[in-house]
Amino acid sequence: MAVVKAERLEIRTEGDVVQVRHAVRAWAADLRFGLVDQTKLVTAASELARNALIYGGGGAARLESIEDDGRRGLRVTFEDQGPGIADVEAALRDGFTTGGGLGLGLGGAKRLVNEFDIWTAIGQGTRVAITRWK
Amino acid sequence: MERIPILKMGDFLLVTIQVDMHDRLAMTLQDDLTTRINQSGARGVLIDISSLDVVDSFIGRMLANIASMARVLDAEAVVVGMQPAVAITLVELGLSLPGVRTALNVEKGMVLLRAATDTAPTASFGDRAASAGEAPSPLGGGDGGRQG
Repeated sequence: MAVVKAERLEIRTEGDVVQVRHAVRAWAADLRFGLVDQTKLVTAASELARNALIYGGGGAARLESIEDDGRRGLRVTFEDQGPGIADVEAALRDGFTTGGGLGLGLGGAKRLVNEFDIWTAIGQGTRVAITRWK
Repeated sequence: MERIPILKMGDFLLVTIQVDMHDRLAMTLQDDLTTRINQSGARGVLIDISSLDVVDSFIGRMLANIASMARVLDAEAVVVGMQPAVAITLVELGLSLPGVRTALNVEKGMVLLRAATDTAPTASFGDRAASAGEAPSPLGGGDGGRQG
């Protein structure tokens, strides 16, 4: 798998979450994703960027235009150095929240993409990577 | 401070969301709308989201909250103009917005609001008037305090 293009965006404020949405939209449009796929990617990215801000105390998003075996895709990786997630399985269940939200963020984001990978360690942080293929 | 404008037209409040809202802006709109319903005695709220190309769980929750708060304040809220791609994504995200009235566009939304706010008070007023002869309702005139 080859990374064609990459960009890193800081997530420190609510305005940065909006910037992440705009960047993912622009990249998805560049890759000629259909409107529904674009919307799914942007929505998933919005949920994860907010998680990084609220639960992780801020972090960063890395956008990558990737190519594998002739197919193109967009991968977005969210990273924070927050407290980590104690029970990932529970966190992926709908309705689970520790922050007063709806608890749809992680599980919902997972449903909106083709690939979803999560690494987390208590006291060290969380990294979530989502990929959607064309 | 940045705010989404709320227009008043007769008994209704109209909101058109034209910017990609950050979370605090969405919360401010929710608070502003609730305050305005209370102050103005509006019977209906129409929220046009046709310019929104993303509705994530936070914005979705805001829309659901506005609908609930409006109902508690004796008003009806209707969300109009949701883009198809947004609707597909919302449902897949797990948010089907139960309790939120929707319409395809502003015109249909206004028809829905008029129907909802016309029939509800008239019917209950009519019932009350009809039974007034036998047993005056202690609640009689309760709606009278509501002024547009």
